[in-house]
Amino acid sequence: MVGGLLGPALLGVAAVLVPAYVAGVLRALIRTALLLTLPIAISVLLVNIFFFPGGRDVLIRVGPIAATREGLGFALEILARILAISGAITLYGLTTPPSTLVIDLERRGVSPRLAFVANASVQAVPAMVERATQITAAQRARGLDTEGGLLRRIRGIVPIVGPVILGSIAEVEERTMALEARAFTRPGKRTLLWWPPDSQPQTLARWGLLLALAALMAARIAGVLR
Amino acid sequence: MLTLENVSYRYAGALRPSLREVTMTLRDGEIVGVVGPSEAGKSTLCLVAAGLAPRTVGGSLTGRTLLDGAESMSLAMYEMAARIGIGFENPGTQLSGVTVTVYEEVAFGPMNLGVARGEVVARTEAALRTLHIEDLSARDPARLSGGQQQLVAIAGLLAMAPAHLVLDEPTAQLDPAGTQLVSAAITTLARSGRSILIAEHKTDLLASVCDRVVALESGRVVLEGAAGAVLGDPRLRELGVSEPSAIRIRRLAAESGLRSGILEEALAAPATSL
Repeated sequence: MVGGLLGPALLGVAAVLVPAYVAGVLRALIRTALLLTLPIAISVLLVNIFFFPGGRDVLIRVGPIAATREGLGFALEILARILAISGAITLYGLTTPPSTLVIDLERRGVSPRLAFVANASVQAVPAMVERATQITAAQRARGLDTEGGLLRRIRGIVPIVGPVILGSIAEVEERTMALEARAFTRPGKRTLLWWPPDSQPQTLARWGLLLALAALMAARIAGVLR
Repeated sequence: MLTLENVSYRYAGALRPSLREVTMTLRDGEIVGVVGPSEAGKSTLCLVAAGLAPRTVGGSLTGRTLLDGAESMSLAMYEMAARIGIGFENPGTQLSGVTVTVYEEVAFGPMNLGVARGEVVARTEAALRTLHIEDLSARDPARLSGGQQQLVAIAGLLAMAPAHLVLDEPTAQLDPAGTQLVSAAITTLARSGRSILIAEHKTDLLASVCDRVVALESGRVVLEGAAGAVLGDPRLRELGVSEPSAIRIRRLAAESGLRSGILEEALAAPATSL
């Protein structure tokens, strides 16, 4: 049977590391994926190495608890799966700007309004962060204490969160008017200035991945994979 | 031609109307300025003229607004948008928030209108050229200064090639150089037959570009006429509107007994900045 550590490891190499190398983002991918995975990886390793229910072959004993070979094997298996998943997500984030994805979705027939909402949601995050930074600075200039003990910090959040949310809501009306004034509500297709190139190898890769997904699911159901 | 006939407008939940029985006409190729103290109804007039009030803003309107002879309310908002553009004071909220370059931001309007790609490109590049912001094309609109964003927002309006333009404080965040660019763009657009309504505190700008000026107070038109006559009217100061520099200097010189000939020669010299 193919599975255990080998399955996710192979998948990670074939579907994440190789494409990342081809896209020239391998180093960034490894760094980001490891950083994203680190907290959960530590807890997975510790819990499974020391508390794996079926562990018999003791590797090391620390007081009343023991690290087992079975626990280590299981932890590595889980870790490989987590790394494959976080690697795939990171690869997507590193290679696909949200605006590019949205333009391509719109080209393929997704409603411009839906595409706008998806894009605006992503683009709104840095704007909100910037607004929060400005409001924090303004509130601190007026004597708000955002440092010190936990209670003091919690008390300091209210005068920051309030203006951030209310300011965003207040902007909604003017933004709506600006969009209306720029014919955003016009029914029908918008003109697209550009769209991402879609080469034959990319089309083949998409179909290949789709077929691979179906094959993996079938193998899993058939018991070839566990 | 844009016509307001006896228009009164009240925001939803407001006790008093923000516009009262306003009647005015904006002819093709004409630039009309709107002045008045705070809360006089300047921004509301802009929203009503552009068809956004009450359609998008809510509230209630009486009277008639006609755009090229058609009732504004009979046109869908996107049809209005193709004919009349509106720019707001705050440039940050005018940007679409979904584009990553200034070029795409300026092209956003014509793209929505569904005009051919070549035409979108031509309009976008012409708008960028008009405001001399071609060098900002590749920049992220969200990372620009307020003044730069204002120019981008105005370029976005120009790219839609509307026959009429409503500008609410278009130079609020601009330095003198930016104000001059907008002033030149407004004059050029009017020469090409577009009618332009500008609500603006900078009376120097209005004095340099407007054919006519309307003064509002508490939602009513209290002064209306040729730009020079309205902006030189002493009642304007009583409304809390500052007079243009040239008029103020003349008045102060006259009050202090300075010989007017010297002053007229100085004022007749070409202005280098607004």
